[in-house]
Amino acid sequence: MMKIKQAFTKISLKLIFTVGIVTIAIISVFSFFSIQAQRNELLSQAEIYASKLSETIRNSTHLSMLENRSDQTHHIINTISQEPGLQEIRIFNKEGSIMFSSQKEFIGEMVDKNAEACYGCHTANEPLEKLPMEDRMRIYDSPQDSSRILGVINPIYNEPSCWEADCHVHDSDQKVLGVLDVKLSLKDVDAQIASSEFRSIIFAIIAIALLSLIIGIFVRRWVEKPVNELVNATEQVGTGNLNYEIKDLSSDELGLLAKSFNNMTHKLADARLQLFQSDKMASMGRLAAGVAHEINNPLTAVLTYSSFLLKRVTDSELQQDLKVIVRETKRSREIVKSLLDFARQSVPKKSNTSINEIISNAVAVVDNQLSMKHIKLEKNIEDNIPHFKIDSNQMQQVFINLLVNASDAVSERDGNISVSTKLTSLSPYGTLQIKNAVCGKRHSLMDEEIKIDGKPSIKLKLNKNGTEGFVNLDPTYGKNRDKFSIEFDSKDQIQISCPKCNISVVNKEKSCPVCKSIVYSFEVPPQGMFEGCINPKCEWQEWKYVDEAGVRDYVEIKISDNGSGISKEDLTRIFEPFYSTKGQKGTGLGLAVIWGIIDNHDGTINVESDLGNGTTFTILLPVAN
Amino acid sequence: MFKGEKILVVDDEQVILDAVSRIASAEGLSVDSETDAHSALKKLSQTEYSLIFCDIMMPQMDGFAFLDELQKRKIITPVIMITGYSTVENAVKSLYKGAIDFVPKPFTFEELNSSINRGIKFFRVQKVVEEAQVKNDKSSLLYVPGPPKYKRLGNLSWMNLKFEGVAVIGATDLFLETIEDLVNIEMMDIDEEIIQGDSCANLITNDELLHHFLSPISGRIIERNERLFSEINLLEKDPYFEGWIYKVIPSNIEYNLKYLVPFASDRA
Repeated sequence: MMKIKQAFTKISLKLIFTVGIVTIAIISVFSFFSIQAQRNELLSQAEIYASKLSETIRNSTHLSMLENRSDQTHHIINTISQEPGLQEIRIFNKEGSIMFSSQKEFIGEMVDKNAEACYGCHTANEPLEKLPMEDRMRIYDSPQDSSRILGVINPIYNEPSCWEADCHVHDSDQKVLGVLDVKLSLKDVDAQIASSEFRSIIFAIIAIALLSLIIGIFVRRWVEKPVNELVNATEQVGTGNLNYEIKDLSSDELGLLAKSFNNMTHKLADARLQLFQSDKMASMGRLAAGVAHEINNPLTAVLTYSSFLLKRVTDSELQQDLKVIVRETKRSREIVKSLLDFARQSVPKKSNTSINEIISNAVAVVDNQLSMKHIKLEKNIEDNIPHFKIDSNQMQQVFINLLVNASDAVSERDGNISVSTKLTSLSPYGTLQIKNAVCGKRHSLMDEEIKIDGKPSIKLKLNKNGTEGFVNLDPTYGKNRDKFSIEFDSKDQIQISCPKCNISVVNKEKSCPVCKSIVYSFEVPPQGMFEGCINPKCEWQEWKYVDEAGVRDYVEIKISDNGSGISKEDLTRIFEPFYSTKGQKGTGLGLAVIWGIIDNHDGTINVESDLGNGTTFTILLPVAN
Repeated sequence: MFKGEKILVVDDEQVILDAVSRIASAEGLSVDSETDAHSALKKLSQTEYSLIFCDIMMPQMDGFAFLDELQKRKIITPVIMITGYSTVENAVKSLYKGAIDFVPKPFTFEELNSSINRGIKFFRVQKVVEEAQVKNDKSSLLYVPGPPKYKRLGNLSWMNLKFEGVAVIGATDLFLETIEDLVNIEMMDIDEEIIQGDSCANLITNDELLHHFLSPISGRIIERNERLFSEINLLEKDPYFEGWIYKVIPSNIEYNLKYLVPFASDRA
């Protein structure tokens, strides 16, 4: 019972049930009337046939009656009664005595006036003299079998020829001389009726079944499936999976609902990430402060005593050892400081340094650990890389961290890590990031809240015939991973403006050279004007200032390992603070700090990983000319 | 060099007290130490010290409250803050509250030594000024205060905001008085970012000590005084004009101004 109740809480079943009931009702009523009409039609055909037959008998026997030739009358009746379906033909006189009959045994018998055949005239035991046509018919069940019988009574009226005949049997004042009673078996008609009834019912059942099936299929497809998908999606979101997206969106209302649902979860995910990030940042700030305070006291003791000792000893070997202690303690100090700095996003201390040297130093630090685990380290260092501005402490931290991560990921014995540096030239298109953008009134267009690929996006206000929305442009030149909050296409007239002061950022003198759409234009101080096509499907962008400067030199540093790899879910999150796959082993700070450092150097860090086959981190650092 | 001078160290961590004592006594100073600010104040009412080293984060009374208390009691002994939570905010706040210097933990022997050096010299200058005030003697002017519209961070550095949005920064005469025999200056490069309260130049003296010059404001360096490389004396000769160090485009001037004191207020 509960199951049925539960089943009926389903919207599709309710729909199918309701539609089914209505269909059944309509088809039943229709079938009922159609059966009824057919039955009447068949019966009336039978009646017409019977009455015609009755008339024929009366007319054909008329002459033999006049001439009082009863054998001829018998003969006629017998011949006609051979007709299939005819059960009995009889003629009885006014008193009810059967004069003629196709069944000879009944001749001479009296007809019971109460019998069915006589109802038409003798309802009150009083013979009627005139009988309307429709009352002459009666249908009754055959006393022999289950078939029905149609009886037609045809009264034989007194006519002048009757009383003028030579026999003088009838007086002229008599009205009715006798009755011709023709009994027709309705067996065939009933069989026809039954078969047509059967056909109608079968048709009705098939129609109902087919209709229900079709409705079922469509309801399932257009209602149940999308509704189930929506329910599933809500459950997923409910359990915290905000990355769940409803696919295969139809264009109906449910599709729109799914679309806005996707939009909602997307925004929710963004908001949660922001919250998460800021929360993590806040707790990281507290942690860093605590760690800094705690660790700095013992470090102070080590540093003061060792530096004091270094000042006083004269033994050069001892001096060398003490120098190492002082140097490394100073490095620890910088690490603690950078932890604090990262928590408060401060600027790095850069000086012209060789990136290769930093990598060598980093390798030297982890070398012991690697050889202990029998991990092979390959170095492919390009020698002609120019010195450029790097915070060597921070950058060394980056490489040490990446190398330690790699050594944790590879297995002992056949572990392999490779480090390579390469000077490459990259076009600004597709790599360079817009870090600052202003409108005509010099309001910043940068949106720190919505980040694309981890970078603050450029927010512009859109207006499509009164509908307001926003677009968050991808800050990477030429990447076009823009986020639109309203939909439009190249034909729509779109107004684009600054979200703060509403000043238009449309370049009216220009249209997109690719698709002729509207072109937005804003300043990227101090790197000139940036222009692009607003059409979401068009990728045209132009940043003359950097295009004219031509390709930029970058150092590409790759650190690869043949270790366990990183799963897809982890890949998107590894640069978040406190996200650790190492459980108790790690703090989860490493990659977040690395990301911050690389970003502070205007560089990018990307990770590619093949689960089970290894991971490659690629860092691109711009070499300033 | 500092024979007979007495200093007081306040920190809740014994190993810091030991380390500072070890270095200071090697320089010939006699050192008293306390693990909390209340006992330190008690000690101060009995003995005169030339210099106080004080931690910021301490239980009960913290370093800032200690500085306020000294001001209330009109104790002129210079205070140098040391802290493990070495953020620039703490540095700036310490200097604003009257500390003469800020040494972030962990520090080296040399860093502490140069700080002690400046601290003791600061105390001596302060002493002379006090005596001159008592005698009402204006002839023996030991250091030159900056022009009234200039603003200073502690007694270390000054900043003059020009109308075109550029700030000139330099070292105060009082700071330079505490550094004798300047031989060299190490500067940052143009276009680099500097932060208020963070070291942005190193002054190297004859005795091989390295003195950090803490920036009075945050911003981006657009010009540096290249003349200082050849004429380091310019700094001491004309600290407020010819001896400027950097020209900077400030990045957060409103915030920075909260912790700056106009020289004009010194004259009142």
